[in-house]
Amino acid sequence: MSNPITQQQISRTFAFSNLSYKTQRLVIIVGFSLIPILLLLTFAYLPLYNLIRDSFYNWNGVRTRKFIGFDNYAAIISDPKYFSVFKISLYYFLSSFIQLGLALYFATVLTFRVRGKNFFKGFLFFPSLLNGVAIGFIFLYFFKPDGTLDAILKLFGLGDYVQLWIGNQNIVNWSLAGSSIWRYMGTNFVIFLGAIQSVSSDIYEAAEIDGANKWHMFRHIIMPSIRRIVELNVILSVSGSIQVFDIPFIMTKGSNGTTTFVIQTVDTAFKFSKFGLASALGVVLLIIVVIVTLVQNKLFGDKEGVI
Amino acid sequence: MNRGGSPLIAFFKYLTLIVGVLAALVPITVVLFTSLKTPDENAHTSALVAPDNWLNFVNYKRAIVEGHMLTGFINTLIILVISLAGAILFATMISYILDRFNFRGKKLMLNMFVLAVLMPGVIMQVSIFQIINHLGLFNTRASAIVLYVGTDIIAVYIFLQFLRTISTELDESAMLDGASYLTIFFRIILPLLRPAIATVVILKGTGIYNDFYIPFLYMPKEGLNVMSTALYKFKGPYVSQWEVICAAIIVCIIPTLIAFLALQKHIYNGFTQGSVK
Repeated sequence: MSNPITQQQISRTFAFSNLSYKTQRLVIIVGFSLIPILLLLTFAYLPLYNLIRDSFYNWNGVRTRKFIGFDNYAAIISDPKYFSVFKISLYYFLSSFIQLGLALYFATVLTFRVRGKNFFKGFLFFPSLLNGVAIGFIFLYFFKPDGTLDAILKLFGLGDYVQLWIGNQNIVNWSLAGSSIWRYMGTNFVIFLGAIQSVSSDIYEAAEIDGANKWHMFRHIIMPSIRRIVELNVILSVSGSIQVFDIPFIMTKGSNGTTTFVIQTVDTAFKFSKFGLASALGVVLLIIVVIVTLVQNKLFGDKEGVI
Repeated sequence: MNRGGSPLIAFFKYLTLIVGVLAALVPITVVLFTSLKTPDENAHTSALVAPDNWLNFVNYKRAIVEGHMLTGFINTLIILVISLAGAILFATMISYILDRFNFRGKKLMLNMFVLAVLMPGVIMQVSIFQIINHLGLFNTRASAIVLYVGTDIIAVYIFLQFLRTISTELDESAMLDGASYLTIFFRIILPLLRPAIATVVILKGTGIYNDFYIPFLYMPKEGLNVMSTALYKFKGPYVSQWEVICAAIIVCIIPTLIAFLALQKHIYNGFTQGSVK
């Protein structure tokens, strides 16, 4: 790809002057692609085909399917409950801005001279390595009555502000979104830090000598160098918040008004055995994700160009 | 330190960093405290108070034995090792031919891998479930393994990007020496891909260790639980015994902590390079 000419030359060499390489070439192309392609077809494209096909059927997963045309889609569009769950995605979408802001702040601060840089970096990043179930449980304990958060509030004499963080329907989604910030901030932080550090340190030193202050450096050196990666992460957080699943599924199983679109879909399939309807919901989500990605590609050009 | 910055800014900088570290640390530390408390002690002390006896491992014993966490660890390890080996082998193979050869259908193959990234993982299980069932893989470790190996598109991305930086002149000079394509792949390409393989091991390894839904859906049978599902099972019956749940959480975190301390540099690199899939 990077060297089309050289590649052509190679293939010409095989084709005209070296028959055994030609045979080898065929064997290796077939041999090396057979299993990966077979797996990709079986576990990505066959399911995709089935998902679209099943969305036109009424099917409980066991008995025979009954073709019902667009009825599943009509049911989804006519019943507001299926789309109203996207409201829940808004909590995660809004909190992702806090998450990106914090990540950007910490990445910037740690770019400059700081004592114990690696210590801070390690602790800020570590949560994003943790198991999703462990994080879900850590925050169930954090938010439970008399749990970590209540104890902290009481420690500071703020006991009056204690709430049912998980039990109160008006608060629970903020609690879950907060857990999500804790889980993912570190990943953004390390990505931003990597992007900032790809700028040569000479530039910072030169700027410092020229009398630039930290804000100038942030504004004119750091920000331009990571603008694209920040924008890309904003877009990714759109598709991320549409597809939220782990945290609410593990912490509340979608109860108490925390159901997301993905939880609703897997519940429709595996809890209520409405596989046809669930497939239609899946197709709807797929279409939305494709649209978001198209917008992303429109804004950022070739995906591979963004590094 | 901090040439040119005012002391106030320096103070604010360290203050926010310390608050950030506390925010990351306190939720875990409190869980560690609770895991070392007796039920009575836990009922009568604040969550923020350290345990009386730092060596009270009763809850850990209960968590590991009653929660089958050792089985979970072994199952996770088996799945992790086989999936990583398979995913790396197949992904390097397909990336090698996609980068180094021109053939009919190449563009189609590339696009197939690119488009597969868009499919929302959890949602696709609605129809993948039937396929796993048909193949007779339900309630086997193979279900998770084929899914981790088969739908690993990120690895293909990373290898393709890395292969582009490896000059084809290396291949050519090896061919002048009469090396076969297999030799070139195994002796030249694969060793040079080592940094990319490290990235994939880190990203995919944490992904598999932390995955919950695939083992939850396909391996509900007793004895097939992995770390995630073993931990998840504590949710209902132990609701009044947070000491035991907390011990289970810490057991689940320890392997991650060890891996992090041992591989810090690689992990940072992996996450930075894997950021753009």
